[in-house]
Amino acid sequence: MSGTKVKKMLFILSKGTIENAYAAFVMANGARMEGIESEIFFTFFGLEAIQKKKLEHLRVATVGNPAMHMPTMLGGLPGVEALATKMMKKEMEKLDMPPVGEFLEILSDSGCKLWGCKLAVDMFHLEEEDLIDELDGVITIGDFYSRADQEGTHLLFI
Amino acid sequence: MRKLIAHTEIEVNEEGYLTNFSQWTKEIGECIADENGICMNDRHWEVINYIHEKYNNEEPLSIRGIKKSGVINIKEFYSLFPGGPLKKATMIAGIPKPKSCI
Repeated sequence: MSGTKVKKMLFILSKGTIENAYAAFVMANGARMEGIESEIFFTFFGLEAIQKKKLEHLRVATVGNPAMHMPTMLGGLPGVEALATKMMKKEMEKLDMPPVGEFLEILSDSGCKLWGCKLAVDMFHLEEEDLIDELDGVITIGDFYSRADQEGTHLLFI
Repeated sequence: MRKLIAHTEIEVNEEGYLTNFSQWTKEIGECIADENGICMNDRHWEVINYIHEKYNNEEPLSIRGIKKSGVINIKEFYSLFPGGPLKKATMIAGIPKPKSCI
């Protein structure tokens, strides 16, 4: 076993772009695979990733993202975002990265807890049936902090 | 480095993974499992057989692959090999640690 001092990782996913969702998923899953506990708290636009109707339609941001190496004006043209997303998904599939829905199933089966933020759920007028079945509950940020219940817990905002 | 296990001397790396699969035997696998606090039963061996099959076919191992394996689901995989199942199962199977992040 590795000598890591990290025992538990708590992630807050606040963004609804595909690259941010995957960052949270890969790190949360990577933690579980190393024997580290992990949980994700979905808030604000991060909630897009746990809405049944939206989760397979997350996109990569082509505007305001200098790393796309694309002029901002071009990134805003119709279809550009969809095309960039399609290309990215193709590359991810090559690496055997699961689509969002399957990734959430894998996380849940691996023992990663998935939480919705109560404030954001209320704000976006979401109902329980709008959210994925794997969700462990809708809780407050205070409840989420109380999940940091052991030495070696780290909290990461994405 | 060398390690004496199940009355046999084997070559392992600094993490304890066998560096030469041909040295692997079921007894060695059982001893490595024991060192990791895992008591092997038939179900564990079914998983190890699956891992050997993948290894022999040079197919990479991943948690997604486990989900699709038809041999075991992810929940049971985690309960059979607690604390990093893919890492532990490959160590017991005598093959290198998977390099995949997923």
